[in-house]
Amino acid sequence: MDRRQFLRTAAGAGALAASGGLAAPALAQGEKARTLRFVPQANLANFDPIWGTQYVVRNAAALVWDTLYGVDAELHPQRQMVESEEVSADGLTWTFRLRPGLKFHDSEPVRARDAVATIARWGVRDAMGQMLLAIQNELTAVDDRTFKWVLKKPYPKLLLALAKNATPCCFIMPERLARTDPFQQVAEYVGSGPMKFVRGEWVPGAKAVFEKFTDYVPRQEPASWLAGGKRIMVDRVEWVVMPDPATASAALQNGEIDWWENPISDLIPVLRSNRNVRVDIADPLGNIGAFRMNHLFPPFNDVRARRAILMAMSQEDYMRALVGDDDKLWKPLPGYFTPGTPLYTEEGGEILKGPRNLDAARKLLAESGYAGQPVTCLVAQDQPITKAQGDVTADLLKRLGMNVDFAAIDWGSVGTRRAQKSPPGQGGWQMFHTWHSGADCVNPASYIALRATGEKAWFGWPNSPRVEADVAAWFDARTLDDEKTVIRTLNRDALDFVVYAPTGFFLSYQAWRRNVSGIVQGPLPFFWGVSKTV
Amino acid sequence: MLAYVIRRVLSTVPVMAVVALFVFSLLYIAPGDPAAIIAGDQATPADVERIRQSLGLDRPFLVQFGDWLWHLLHGDVGTSIFTNLPVSTMIAQRIEPTLSLMVITLLLAVLIAVPMGVMAAWQAGTWVDRAVMAFAVLGFSVPVFVVGYLLAFVFALELDWLPVQGYTPIAEGIGPWLRNLVLPSIALGCVYIALIARITRATMLEVLQQDYIRTARAKGLGPGGVLFLHALKNASVPIVTVIGIGIALLIGGAVVTESVFAIPGLGRLTVDAILRRDYPVIQGVVLLFSFVYVLVNLVIDLAYTVLDPRIRY
Repeated sequence: MDRRQFLRTAAGAGALAASGGLAAPALAQGEKARTLRFVPQANLANFDPIWGTQYVVRNAAALVWDTLYGVDAELHPQRQMVESEEVSADGLTWTFRLRPGLKFHDSEPVRARDAVATIARWGVRDAMGQMLLAIQNELTAVDDRTFKWVLKKPYPKLLLALAKNATPCCFIMPERLARTDPFQQVAEYVGSGPMKFVRGEWVPGAKAVFEKFTDYVPRQEPASWLAGGKRIMVDRVEWVVMPDPATASAALQNGEIDWWENPISDLIPVLRSNRNVRVDIADPLGNIGAFRMNHLFPPFNDVRARRAILMAMSQEDYMRALVGDDDKLWKPLPGYFTPGTPLYTEEGGEILKGPRNLDAARKLLAESGYAGQPVTCLVAQDQPITKAQGDVTADLLKRLGMNVDFAAIDWGSVGTRRAQKSPPGQGGWQMFHTWHSGADCVNPASYIALRATGEKAWFGWPNSPRVEADVAAWFDARTLDDEKTVIRTLNRDALDFVVYAPTGFFLSYQAWRRNVSGIVQGPLPFFWGVSKTV
Repeated sequence: MLAYVIRRVLSTVPVMAVVALFVFSLLYIAPGDPAAIIAGDQATPADVERIRQSLGLDRPFLVQFGDWLWHLLHGDVGTSIFTNLPVSTMIAQRIEPTLSLMVITLLLAVLIAVPMGVMAAWQAGTWVDRAVMAFAVLGFSVPVFVVGYLLAFVFALELDWLPVQGYTPIAEGIGPWLRNLVLPSIALGCVYIALIARITRATMLEVLQQDYIRTARAKGLGPGGVLFLHALKNASVPIVTVIGIGIALLIGGAVVTESVFAIPGLGRLTVDAILRRDYPVIQGVVLLFSFVYVLVNLVIDLAYTVLDPRIRY
């Protein structure tokens, strides 16, 4: 080969490569329309919804596993895998019958014993499940499609427990998987949901692929959140993890992805200005910001110090730090329950309303015995929500004359340190920030942050028998009116005791390409009913 | 020479052992708990503790280290706490994108920076020299992510020539593979080009003052011959050293570049593992990076003997 021939060959190869001539055949137009590319809120690092209870795991699991009941957009539990149920007159014996034709992805039929084993595993990890297991007499499979659950005392919220979307959900697994220790991961990801997990294409931290399960039998009712007919309109859903919001924004504008679960508010104007992109509220139930205090150590072991914080804090400051100037994205929250839901109440919320009174708060703080000791505030810097809240709190505490020990750490370190019950200064802490999904705060069922069971309570370990009595009364309530009455009392007692300080209610957006349709607002991304054109 | 190579290869063993001990100790004392992350925000402290126990994280340091070392000596790097996949599988899934990015960046940088440095030295004091130096200062000063965003904005969003993000395996075609790597390689290569160009210029300036260069010119040799046949060869030892040292820059830069361009490589795997406290993955990746770095240094040392026959081991 001489020099000219070499150059010709090299140029030809370059042109071929640049034109994609050496590429595998491009996807046909129809095939493109049948693949939905979705950017989830976080990395799907594991996939057992009982072992790991992060929301992203629950969201992926909802594609692969089905539930006996599903909560609908009205927050009511509806039958899903169950065809019918009967409850005895004394409310102690429940008999469930599964729908015919249900199959797992390995083609095995769904049997009652799968449901029994699943409930047993789920019950160990779920707050409502633990209550049920504590009053359980017997849980047995009667035949392949029927199982019976006998309780020692009535549990009016049983169907809600099986239907709820708060983690961990009762996703039905094959018996062989459900027998796994609830504190160990399952070895396979086999469900009976509308999509199959393609394990061979899973690159944790980068990509997860789901394919339509052709043997899935959807219910006849229209889909409504986790209830109704879960009809999948595409062949394939690809979850593409993008850690950088600017990249996700550019990829959505460029048509490289179809749906982005949680665009940050800073990028919303850019997305709105693109005619090919649509933006809407993601979850009408939103989130509740939380400023959590340690009830074990001074100054916040004294209720007066906790009340001083409520008197002084401006929820507007917190919310503007979180969502900016978009007033559609936040609401003040003089209470603990999700606005717009049946049990929402502002009973006892006066302390969070009206102009803030820093002088009165300083006085109350002094009465509590606070005299300038350092107050350790854990602030995760890698989570925008906690960082923004932490900055507002640091400013607030300084204005109250408190000596702030601002611990700027990452979320992983907060996770470890907040579990420390040792005194502040010896590895412990006095406050940290977090947020709760509004779906978890519609009632006390999964609202672990509101519980005040002392040593067994969530981090901060509040201890209030009154609050706990109110929670127990809600579990026993049989009508919505009874529930509302109880919740009003609970809200008042919890604010009076300051279980934690709510920093406000905030919403977030989701964004998708205009050629995608069927996306609804909800506490998790629902893929059923979502279709795409090229 | 062979004895030297064997000695150097064997010397990597204690280096790797120290790295292993260092990494394990650092992770042990670092704050953070994978169990808390696995359990999720709504989990009770009791749940977190049960998960810690099931992962064996409640065992004493020496027991955990001994267990890990024993498996390592048997070729088992461990299993990810989160994904339950072998660390070796996770590394294998991610190595191609990172390797591709580094190779393309390296080629791009050397092909651009060395001629740039040579030209700057040859035209020292002129506008060419000043332009090269200005570019070098910019390359050093502008962070990788800024360059990345600018490139994505211009070439992906505005001109629609290249994709914003992602990676296409080479098995799916050289064209798509290159298309995904062009922007990240330029972004990552900027600082590397600046570094190599500056060193090349400085070394060439020194070499061009030597008597044998004057002799070569006096013999009637053209500028190309003088620069590339005589001067560059003699200036190459420091340049190659900088290229080798720059591999560490590339590894560090790959972490940012892979995040900006959503490339599923080892850099992102490392960041994700650190944020989640996925200890086995962190240990596996750091060991791999250390090994690569030690190996690159060895290759550079051996390259000296080829570039400068006076060097003997």
